[in-house]
Amino acid sequence: MATAQRTIPAPQPSPETKAFWDGAAEGKLLLKKCRACSQVHYYPRPLCPFCGSDATEWQPAAGTGTLYSYSVMRRAEVPYAIAYVTLDEGVTMMTNLVNCDFDRLRIGQKVRVVFSPTDGGAPVPTFTPA
Amino acid sequence: MRLAIEEEACAHMTINGKAYIAGVYEHPTRKADTISLAQLHADVAKGALEDAGLTKNDVDGYFCAGDAPGLGPLSMAEYMGLGKLRHVDTTETGGSSYVIHVGHAAQAIALGKCTVALITLAGRPRAEGMATGTAPRNYGSAAPDVQFEYPFGPTVVNQYAMCAMRHMHEFGTTSEQLAWIKVAASHHAQHNPHALLRDVVTVEDVVKSPIIADPLHRLDCCVITDGGGAVVVVHPDVAKRLTRPRVKIRGAGEATKLQMGGRIDLTYSGARWSGPIAFEEAKVTPADIKYVSIYDSFTITVLMTLEDLGFCAKGQGGKFVSDGNLISGTGKLPFNTDGGGLCNNHPANRGGMTKVVEAVRQLRGEAHPKVQVKSCDLALAHGTGGSLGTRHGSATVILERE
Repeated sequence: MATAQRTIPAPQPSPETKAFWDGAAEGKLLLKKCRACSQVHYYPRPLCPFCGSDATEWQPAAGTGTLYSYSVMRRAEVPYAIAYVTLDEGVTMMTNLVNCDFDRLRIGQKVRVVFSPTDGGAPVPTFTPA
Repeated sequence: MRLAIEEEACAHMTINGKAYIAGVYEHPTRKADTISLAQLHADVAKGALEDAGLTKNDVDGYFCAGDAPGLGPLSMAEYMGLGKLRHVDTTETGGSSYVIHVGHAAQAIALGKCTVALITLAGRPRAEGMATGTAPRNYGSAAPDVQFEYPFGPTVVNQYAMCAMRHMHEFGTTSEQLAWIKVAASHHAQHNPHALLRDVVTVEDVVKSPIIADPLHRLDCCVITDGGGAVVVVHPDVAKRLTRPRVKIRGAGEATKLQMGGRIDLTYSGARWSGPIAFEEAKVTPADIKYVSIYDSFTITVLMTLEDLGFCAKGQGGKFVSDGNLISGTGKLPFNTDGGGLCNNHPANRGGMTKVVEAVRQLRGEAHPKVQVKSCDLALAHGTGGSLGTRHGSATVILERE
């Protein structure tokens, strides 16, 4: 098991992403869905990157997904695993894998969201084996 | 469906044969402790202009990217004394910028906007002690992606590593196959007196070097160097007056590959789009190409780019690069005969310029005799700027010795 955890820098919210980080502080992973084209996108924006509509709204994600790819950064003071996770809602997001044995990770495995504290900011959505 | 007006435009609006590369220069330094960034730009500009047989007073078009200090073309044109500019272009797509600039310079020349276009690149990350590949990069909180990426520690290496990891998963690519790319580069670099790394390495050397970010080893990564390079692109009438071998620009393509709202696929690069555009404009196919300069920030960058450009099928890159197939003299597709970014030089952490420079050397017959490709009349140079693992700009140019 990887025990030590790297200090995660705080995210710097912008006005249009405040709800995302407020949700994270409550342990909720929020996604943006477009009412015009019904598609979910990530990272969240007010204007849908698929159809251009401004009719986007927040919706909670199930918080589960599969590991798309990852890499353990060995050349770091505290090694950490960066990853892309494909959520059940279809979008793929950059994240970290935490509370797991880095040597037993495999692409395609099921993971679930767990929020990790940051250095003086909102917690960030990280993932752990489901 | 194409409109008739587009069909007509396509017939006339091409850069194929409308411009030539008349001068190239690569700064010999790899550590510029005592040379300023501005002087590096001026040094490489002077070198490329002298190579062409021109002077700064002939330059009426200037191209630079994010590595140029201050107000870019304004600061640098002032410093270098470029007093006749009537066209400037600061297209910024990271390390691929300079390959894009070659195409844009040809466009500007074809439209009569300038006749002698100078492109410069310079940087000194080594002198400045920059942890280029292993420190997370923060492009500033105004970049919309930063708050959703920077907290997770994206470094240059671990982003490309995620591409390699996925490629291995989908196609069975191995570390040993990736290592062959470094081995080929090292075979070439041994003949380059300016190369930072001149020792020939083996597949075993690469896979036994320390892991930086799984699955990429230290020797899967390019070098960090200071220096720079410059290219001079000219109108055909100017080229005819000059005495250097003529290198014609046959085609150019550019593309951006992005995360597309979370529809991420790490198995291909923007070369999938920039390549076909360049090949179509040049009216040639991958089988016609005698030499390639392929951006080699990491071994995986080369492997994916070769697949995407059509030199082999998607997923077959590992087999294609193995057993010395990229080594000049023995392999079918000689690449990066200067040693590339993997062994020779990656000035300013931006390798597009040196890709163009070595392609021109090959077409002129001025590469080192030990790596010179025989009858090298058609070459391709490709740049990848930004990150394969997030967003990047791809640029392909096809060049011909006349």
